[in-house]
Amino acid sequence: MASFRVEIRVMPRASLLDPQGQAVGHALHALGFAEVGEVRVGKHIVVRLEAPTRDEATARARSMCERLLANPVTEDYQLLVEAA
Amino acid sequence: MHRVAVVVFPGSNCDADTRDGARAAGSDAYYVWHRDTDLRQADAVILPGGFSYGDYLRSGAIARFSPVMAAVAEHARQGGPVLGICNGFQILCEAGLLPGALMRNARLRFLSRPVRVRVEVTDTPWTRLYEQGEELVVPVAHGDGRYVADERTAAELEAEGRIVWRYVGENPNGSTRDIAGVCNAGRNVVGIMPHPERRNAPVLGGTDGARVFLSLEADHATQHAGGVRAVGGHHAEL
Repeated sequence: MASFRVEIRVMPRASLLDPQGQAVGHALHALGFAEVGEVRVGKHIVVRLEAPTRDEATARARSMCERLLANPVTEDYQLLVEAA
Repeated sequence: MHRVAVVVFPGSNCDADTRDGARAAGSDAYYVWHRDTDLRQADAVILPGGFSYGDYLRSGAIARFSPVMAAVAEHARQGGPVLGICNGFQILCEAGLLPGALMRNARLRFLSRPVRVRVEVTDTPWTRLYEQGEELVVPVAHGDGRYVADERTAAELEAEGRIVWRYVGENPNGSTRDIAGVCNAGRNVVGIMPHPERRNAPVLGGTDGARVFLSLEADHATQHAGGVRAVGGHHAEL
């Protein structure tokens, strides 16, 4: 078994309204960051786990995303798996 | 008299009003704790509003894995009536017992005020005493009330008459197709964002929500008249 650190990025699906991102965008404009275009806000989750291989760690993390960490109706996710 | 299990999650805060609403309609309503695995011969289940598990991650995302939810899913699978109100609706969506999801209100603010809704269908256990097209005033109290579903699912809900309540006049949260409530394909599982238990007596400012609970009892009476009786908590033909 080896230790892995999985970084999971969960973002609201691009086709859906992200009011939180819009509000942050407006605040950045109010601060004078006129160059700011679209802003979207998601979640960053870090999971440490034990697995025999990197592929197995990735498969387990993917399963966690599909069952709990991301909502398949509204969110997309990306994984970054590295040896811990 | 229906036996109605009101599930209590850590953070539920409409559980007492919901139980009282069901009792006022003549049901034998009682609490079931989220760690219970037995619904105690419930004829119907209500997941009340409020919060659950801090609504960490997403509203209802963790509650859906509560021990009690396996029993709720089994009850639903057998055709038993299930109603999710507000956070209960969110939990039913997360659990996959209803399609779609509830996202942050389009204008971000938590909204707690009466809204107008139209009853779109009356062939569910929770709406049969309403008139189709009837308009009601019922309060909402939510931050994550914007119902979304992919276009194909939304079109399917529309075509199959599974949009149960729809906001009229103003849509408070930006939901797809002004949806305030939907049901599953079997029509026994219903989720609504507004709170009928907060409008079921004159002292609460109106009675438009009362027939949600009364409908269940009317349903029961009809089934008895049709030669159906409850066996082991489930309805079976004689």
